Amino acid sequence: MAATPTQPAAPAGIDLESLQRSLRRPRTLFSYVMSVLTGAATLAALFPLFSVLYMLVVRGTATLSLGSLRDLPPAAMTAGGGFGNAIVGTFVIVAIATLVSVPLGVLAAIYITEFGPDTKTASAVRFAAKVLTGLPSILAGVFAFAVVVVVTGEFSAPAGGVALALLMLPTVLLTAEEAIKRVPSRMREAAIGMGATPTQVVTKVIVPTAAPAMLTGVMLAVARAAGETAPLLFTALFSNFWMSRTTPNFLPKTIGDLMKPTASLAVMIYNFSGSPFENQIALAWTAALVLVVIVLVFNVVGQALAGRSAD
Amino acid sequence: MPLTPVTTDGHANGAREQMLQDGTLIDCNIAELHYGKFKAVRDVGLKVKKGTITAFIGPSGCGKSTVLRCLNRMNDLVRGFRLKGHVIFRGQDIYASRVDPVAVRRHIGMVFQQPNPFAMSIFRNVAFGLRLNRYKGPVEDKVEAALRQAALWDEVKDKLRTSALALSGGQQQRLCIARAVATEPAVLLMDEPCSALDPIATRRIEELMTELKKKYTIAIVTHNLQQAKRVADTTAFLYVDTTSGGRTGYMVEYGPTQTIFENPREEHTKEYIRGEFS
Repeated sequence: MAATPTQPAAPAGIDLESLQRSLRRPRTLFSYVMSVLTGAATLAALFPLFSVLYMLVVRGTATLSLGSLRDLPPAAMTAGGGFGNAIVGTFVIVAIATLVSVPLGVLAAIYITEFGPDTKTASAVRFAAKVLTGLPSILAGVFAFAVVVVVTGEFSAPAGGVALALLMLPTVLLTAEEAIKRVPSRMREAAIGMGATPTQVVTKVIVPTAAPAMLTGVMLAVARAAGETAPLLFTALFSNFWMSRTTPNFLPKTIGDLMKPTASLAVMIYNFSGSPFENQIALAWTAALVLVVIVLVFNVVGQALAGRSAD
Repeated sequence: MPLTPVTTDGHANGAREQMLQDGTLIDCNIAELHYGKFKAVRDVGLKVKKGTITAFIGPSGCGKSTVLRCLNRMNDLVRGFRLKGHVIFRGQDIYASRVDPVAVRRHIGMVFQQPNPFAMSIFRNVAFGLRLNRYKGPVEDKVEAALRQAALWDEVKDKLRTSALALSGGQQQRLCIARAVATEPAVLLMDEPCSALDPIATRRIEELMTELKKKYTIAIVTHNLQQAKRVADTTAFLYVDTTSGGRTGYMVEYGPTQTIFENPREEHTKEYIRGEFS
């Protein structure tokens, strides 16, 4: 590829043509093929996601109405009905799980990063958390069944909450640990240099700085927990009624309201999708759509909050 | 090791009176300083006088920063740190077992090499120390006073609630100075405060130091000999001793800045200063 003599004013010694992009050169060709491949892989990865979403929207919107969000599950062979109690139940169970797992996870993360980073306890906790991330969710249910259901003698929302908390804990702990590690050590040093006690360093500098990233971890954990079915099957069980008996009324009012079998979207989808009745199957689709939207909203709000406080 | 006898009020009266007479605020005497098995520094003895600027100069790895960090017990954070010697601040050995290092750091503030503002607003950065100390008075006034002392007020007065991380490097370093002086510490330690700054910002910080010494006592580590010459009243020259295998820093010479630069006693000092200026 020598420069042709017609080319004007080529600086001596520089082969201008060799600077032009050409697919005949192996490196250029390789780069081009790889770009196409990565693009194709991205599309392939998106395909199942969007086909699931498409099915959900098509089948789920058919019975989506105010009534389906508000009413109680229909009995067999009846029309109408909804899953209002399952929406409330999902929120209550996930809230209980969050209340249990977030303080535990964040405090443990603070301990293993700030107070005893190289202790045996820290490495044991880290190892346990990593093992727990791979825990089959059904085992979390078995654990909560033994610890809560058998002890209280009742299928209940707290039992479901404990099962989900067990699944959320490792995610919360490990992401909080990462978030704390990413706080620049010079901020830590600055606080110590100002005469902050170790507790003040954590509460006034480390946690506020790491909070956005911690929140992302919590949101991931919540999103996962909200969709779990297996751990709820024999902990929260299911219910065809509102948590509170004093209708019309959505929210639990007393401890007694909590300590009963509780409906959740995930279990409702599981139950109704296997049902032989057309109406119940349609409602399962709608419930699945609602569950996905709830999780999506959680994620978007979480990201927005995290982004705002990072400024 | 001559530790000061501690009386019930926490002060060694004899030493204290003597210190008050000659204006010594910190009497630092390091016989040996170890990080684990590594002997980092030996034989440093100097007195920091009230209302002066003391500079630590010397080649890299001679332990200047280590010595500076001894003065407010920042080295306690390093695993394996051991000190043989004493650092007497206002008549009290700050390494005595009953002394709380956290309290020491509230009296002896620190400005670091890299500007290190917290990820919060300018106002909350400066108010940080006040809030640590549960200061009950008007925080706004204190913050303004501190920012004025750090010659930063005019630049930030309209954006006190914006993030400190949006400031330029020089502004961030002045913010860190404001944060340190807001609680009115007796001593300000500065660990190469200008090494991450451009010459203009450096000059501003130097002017600031000269201004601040009316109110505070300053000890500064610097790589820049001209800087030491410009701002310091007293200069300590540290050097590295490699004869015994390791790299142990020690103090070669210490005295008025003019003497150190123009008429040093020791050969090492002469060489180092000549190397820099010729």
